[in-house]
Amino acid sequence: MTTPDPTEARIAALEAKIARLEGAVAPRPAPDWKHGAERFGLVGAWVLMILILGAFRPDQMFAWNSYATMLGSNAMVVVLTLALIVPLTTGDFDLSVASVMGLSSMTLAVLNVQMGIPIVPAILVVLVVGAIVGAVNAFFILYFGVASLIVTLGTGYFINGVILWISNSGTIAGVSMDLVRAVILTRLFGIPIGFYYALILALVLWYVFQHTALGRRLLFVGRGREVARLSGVNVTRMRTGALIASSVIAAFAGVLYTGMRGAADPSSALAFLLPAFAAAFLGSTAIYPGRFNALGSVVAVYFLSTGIMGLNFLGVSSFVQNLFYGGGLVIAVAISQLIRGRRPMD
Amino acid sequence: MTAPALSIRNLSKRFGGALALDGVSLDVGRGEVHGLLGSNGSGKSTLIKILAGFHAPEPGAEVRLYGQTVPLPLPGAVARARGLAFVHQHLGLIPSLSVAENLYLGQLATADTWALNWRRLNARAAATFAEFGLALDPRAEVARLSPVQQALLAIVRAYDDLRHATEDHADRPGVLILDEPTPFLPRAGVEQLFGLVRACTATGASAIFVSHDVDEVREITDRATILRDGRLIDTVETAATSHDALVERIVGRQVAAYHSAPRQATGALARIEGAAGRGAGPLTLEVGRGEILGLAGLIGSGFDALPALLYGDGDASGTLRLEGDRIDLATLTPAGAMAHGIAYLPADRLGQAGVGSLPVADNVSLPVYARLRGRLGLTDTAVRAHAAELGAAAGVKPNVPALPLSALSGGNAQKAVLAKWLQTAPRLLLLDEPTQGVDVGARQAIWDALDRAAAQGAGIVVASTDYDQLAQLSHRVLIFARGQIVDTLSGAALTKDTIAERCYRSTSRTG
Repeated sequence: MTTPDPTEARIAALEAKIARLEGAVAPRPAPDWKHGAERFGLVGAWVLMILILGAFRPDQMFAWNSYATMLGSNAMVVVLTLALIVPLTTGDFDLSVASVMGLSSMTLAVLNVQMGIPIVPAILVVLVVGAIVGAVNAFFILYFGVASLIVTLGTGYFINGVILWISNSGTIAGVSMDLVRAVILTRLFGIPIGFYYALILALVLWYVFQHTALGRRLLFVGRGREVARLSGVNVTRMRTGALIASSVIAAFAGVLYTGMRGAADPSSALAFLLPAFAAAFLGSTAIYPGRFNALGSVVAVYFLSTGIMGLNFLGVSSFVQNLFYGGGLVIAVAISQLIRGRRPMD
Repeated sequence: MTAPALSIRNLSKRFGGALALDGVSLDVGRGEVHGLLGSNGSGKSTLIKILAGFHAPEPGAEVRLYGQTVPLPLPGAVARARGLAFVHQHLGLIPSLSVAENLYLGQLATADTWALNWRRLNARAAATFAEFGLALDPRAEVARLSPVQQALLAIVRAYDDLRHATEDHADRPGVLILDEPTPFLPRAGVEQLFGLVRACTATGASAIFVSHDVDEVREITDRATILRDGRLIDTVETAATSHDALVERIVGRQVAAYHSAPRQATGALARIEGAAGRGAGPLTLEVGRGEILGLAGLIGSGFDALPALLYGDGDASGTLRLEGDRIDLATLTPAGAMAHGIAYLPADRLGQAGVGSLPVADNVSLPVYARLRGRLGLTDTAVRAHAAELGAAAGVKPNVPALPLSALSGGNAQKAVLAKWLQTAPRLLLLDEPTQGVDVGARQAIWDALDRAAAQGAGIVVASTDYDQLAQLSHRVLIFARGQIVDTLSGAALTKDTIAERCYRSTSRTG
């Protein structure tokens, strides 16, 4: 095995050559067109849907103004979806995000309107409140080892109670116009500026997930905790960070939501949980198929809201939202299972 | 003349080109405890798996139970109904259910009962335990039982299933097949377990006892069959056969070409003092610079504990001195171990060593992401280029870094995850079963990679049950028994046969 022998050296050289050739002709994972179809299928479906709906309501479906409004008014759904995909990547569910969004919205209104605290410090306090909720979630999930689904289901419901408590179960209007201006009244290319906040956040998350070591380690934590741990990744710290980031981003969604309406009510934010889940899972079938990803999430949110907008134009009543989001979630997960070759979800 | 309880004729099984079982014939008499002995790869687990219906044997085989031919391949339900019951090493108990629920699991899973009377089932379970003199509470949760009690429960369950299945033909009470139930049990527990087996066979049932442990086989069995390389070597009366005679038959006497020139380690690299945990230790040993140190032993001897202990995986105590660094094993974490230049390749390839659903590129780049960062951050292009280079050097085929790790064959996946650690140039490399499920060609490539790493001064620790591999690869092999190092082999003594022989002798309590 160790004796130097000219014949062996030649055999080794030949083997290396064979290895090179085999490497060169080895099968690609999938033909490029198929991979592209998978990545941009959802974008294509979006365009197709616009064309079909446009055939019935051309003046509304092909008007830039409709899209400008839709893009702006769904910005907080994009942010909420981004909040979800962080812990989903590390393998934890966060069902409390919509409650955190509502809590943040209501806390902001209470601080600003009832206590007269200026809007900027009030926003900072609200984001800290989000971080605290994330830390509480992480504590129960990681210290006690309770399943994230159960912990966040409970904390979410608990927070709903807190919202009713601090708001006296009523709507609080009259939030600083500075915030309203900074979210919806200022427009760029006709689109309310809140949309660009969501877009910038999506690009930041895309960069973190795709182009930093941290993002890849998060993915390893979600896919193989043991592998990550034995490769020197601090799994507990990663999961804690993801849960706190999730709640802080959800709190930011609440800030946008308040700015959009200039008011906060105790219950309407909770209705965004399912749309965010539907978009997160649908988004995982696009752009980077098989992974929860930020750009796919953005596409998915607007795919779903375009469909709802079009159906509203057609005069279908508002129950269509429930059909669309609920159906969207199940179909998205079914499609992603097909992509994964029907292996059980991990 | 009464037919034997179980009669096997001309049983063969081929996997690919290799014969795992080659025309084996044996009889198990009524009321007999029959031992089945052999080392890894001897074919004994293949034989058990054919009886359990996992494998279909080659045509021409015949299996009879009490003189009646059974269909082959043998469906699990038929095996059950005719009176074969299995206790596998992992016992097949559900820890979160109660003792009685586990005891009647098979019946509950298949029977159409709409009104379970738990009071009666618990009473029946208590009566069954009383019959065998066991103090088990039918309502206790199985997870709270000791390992010995769990093994006893599994055996009683198998016996109870037999009795249930053979109710209408009590003259054919069935065969219990015990597949290595003892390696993790303390000595006193083994004796209790043997008492139970004898109580079962006293009622006329037969038992097949599969084990690595020669002394245990001598103690419990009436006759024993020894398999080696898929062939039946001998069936002996155990009372009349010495420990050495059995070991000789298990190991064989072929003269194997041995190791290339023994290389000398140049000075000590690591000194391990009082390392304990995972059922082994306290252990004190040294690993030389450039040395490949093999760890061998039978299942349950603790030989495979050391790599994980030295990497900070799980509870441990003791210290490791690595070239002047003093590392406390109690507080060591995997991240800390990596920082000290220690790398660990676990045996569970897709559970602990790599993630099957992620690309090969990411799997091999995980420890060195920071190094691959460009001006714009980490890109797939950089990660894949790095992996392609590493894969080409390690001989990963196909060397397509974008493929998920699970798409590679076992051998190629192992080359990739080994390359993942070798690129970090570890000072101490710890491996657990590095070539399990790896084809011959890949095996050679992995050995060469380890040889090169050792030549560059790394210390390498390999735990393995593949004695041939240890003989060829290692400079020194430590033999473990009952959590302790009992023997050291090196130089000319380092052959497959000697390692096997010492492993089997290590269990001898007579010395």
